[in-house]
Amino acid sequence: MTLELKNVSKRVGADMHIHDTSLVFDDNSFNILLGATRAGKTTLMQLMAGIQKPTTGAIWHRGKDVTHVPVQRRNVSMVYQQFINYPMLSVFENIASPLRVTGMAESEVKSRVGRAAEILRLTPMLDRKPAELSGGQQQRTAIARAIVKDSDLIFLDEPLANLDYKLREELRDELPKLFSGRNAIVFYATTEPHEALLFGNKTLTMHQGRITQFGPTAEIYRKPNSLTSARVFSDPPINIARVTKKGKKLQLSHGNVSWPVAAGAAKLPDGDYSIGLQPHYVLPQKSSQTSGALSGRVLVTEISGSESVVHIDVGGQTWVSQSHGVHPHQVGETATFHADVSRALFFDAAGKLVS
Amino acid sequence: MNKTFNNKAWWMVLPVFLVVAFNALVPLMTVVNYSVQETFGNNEFFWSGTIWFQQLLDNDQIRASLGRQIIFTTVVLFIQVPLGLTIALCMPRKGPWVSVCLVLMALPLLVPWNVVGSMWNIMALPDIGLLGRTINAMGIHYNYTRDPVAAWFTVVLMDVWHWTSLVVLLCYAGLVSIPDAYYQAAKIDGARPWAVFRYIQLPKLKHVLTIAILLRFMDSFMIYTEVIVLTGGGPGSATKFLSIDLVQKALGGFDLGPAAAFSIVYFLIILLTSWLFYTLMMRNEAN
Repeated sequence: MTLELKNVSKRVGADMHIHDTSLVFDDNSFNILLGATRAGKTTLMQLMAGIQKPTTGAIWHRGKDVTHVPVQRRNVSMVYQQFINYPMLSVFENIASPLRVTGMAESEVKSRVGRAAEILRLTPMLDRKPAELSGGQQQRTAIARAIVKDSDLIFLDEPLANLDYKLREELRDELPKLFSGRNAIVFYATTEPHEALLFGNKTLTMHQGRITQFGPTAEIYRKPNSLTSARVFSDPPINIARVTKKGKKLQLSHGNVSWPVAAGAAKLPDGDYSIGLQPHYVLPQKSSQTSGALSGRVLVTEISGSESVVHIDVGGQTWVSQSHGVHPHQVGETATFHADVSRALFFDAAGKLVS
Repeated sequence: MNKTFNNKAWWMVLPVFLVVAFNALVPLMTVVNYSVQETFGNNEFFWSGTIWFQQLLDNDQIRASLGRQIIFTTVVLFIQVPLGLTIALCMPRKGPWVSVCLVLMALPLLVPWNVVGSMWNIMALPDIGLLGRTINAMGIHYNYTRDPVAAWFTVVLMDVWHWTSLVVLLCYAGLVSIPDAYYQAAKIDGARPWAVFRYIQLPKLKHVLTIAILLRFMDSFMIYTEVIVLTGGGPGSATKFLSIDLVQKALGGFDLGPAAAFSIVYFLIILLTSWLFYTLMMRNEAN
């Protein structure tokens, strides 16, 4: 009862849009596709939906090879970044459109559309045309179209990207509830790491047409398997630094900084590594957790409500600190920050996680 | 409260006012002026009231021209709009053929109007023209200088050749601007090509089509050059449209008063019909 990609790749002209990929998605799962714009999220979704055909490989769904089954016979739904509705049809007819082709009885159509409209709070707008709705309502209509039929696969391609902040927050709360308990595999593409963290479940990180990691969301965030995954899945961007480990000391390649090696990395052989340290482990105050100091000139400070983000220049390299509370710093002044070195991820020369 | 008066802003409006005055109001008012006066030369004018307008409305010749004009415009719209839309739908959306098609489509629009007239005049000549000879060779008697039906056929064909491209290019631009996601959504729903056309393409092309119809209506209603070169309004007055009638009156007869009244009525017909078209087609947009 799963969707399986077997060595699927997609080439358009000379460009590899998706490199050789094998994946298995469980039924009733909510999967987040995380990656920058043009990482291949949309292409991967379209391959799985059957809108595009893979150049190589096969796609199996529930034990059957569906590689060459066209999209209209695969029972899928899709929601796009743009609000896609039929402009001439009422909201009711828009939501009903996926049911019309199946030749469903009118009473059944009515009750299903009614239910979908109720869940998405569209009941008072059923007689209106999409152009008369707000952006949020238009997108809710498109989402209602996706849930009105019992699709096996539901694809949500950055559905909240074109909405303003408040509506985005609102729908973000509603979406997981909407799709849980459906006998479907749900895919949700996004460029925002914190959206992935919010939804939890499983995340697939993508970078330049390659899958860099796939697994439980929290696990990938805590232990990305490579530098690339770590970069994709961090906001503000993860601090990456070249270091040399020598015995119990960790020498940074810049700024004449040296830290003690934490217990977790003690077993690593001496040598050169890249470390990754999430910005929220670089703090403005010393505490029992922090073990390494970092001094530099303040480049940028962003204070947003309850959070401070400070960029500092340490010997030519930028470090980012993210902390709770308001910590004002003057741009240009020298400040000392404290790193929780035990949280540092170690990557080898090839960018693979080693500790 | 003391209000400061600052009338300097009027100077900013002045250039626009002058431009509008000289390119629209002054010429138009000259025509209005002529339309209510009688002249016998020597720059002497006498008030004549609405007599030219009354004569105009009673004139059978002008009524006949108006009738021909309406038929011509209707025929041309009914051919060019569906044909242009169909061609635009058939054109490729990407690939090397796009530019080839676009250039081919743009070509007729670049030909000067009197050249279009001469081209078709020569091409349709029954004895030496390619088109004329071919039709006659097929056993159909065709001579556009003698036979009114043949003349109409040639004039309509020439206009279709000249102007369908405009509709094609407008529709094509409209089609290209529809996001792919719409087609995908329709595909997922299992919509047939007809449904895609009816529920996605046509509604998305509504504005573009309105513009196309308006432009083609106005242009065809004012057609002059091509027809005067091709048939000269003949045979007899079979293809004598409003503009030809007007020019013959104003220049040929030098009847300034009647010609001015004619111009105003002509202008009002086009203005009213365009407004009507636009309002009807945009009716749903307002609410």
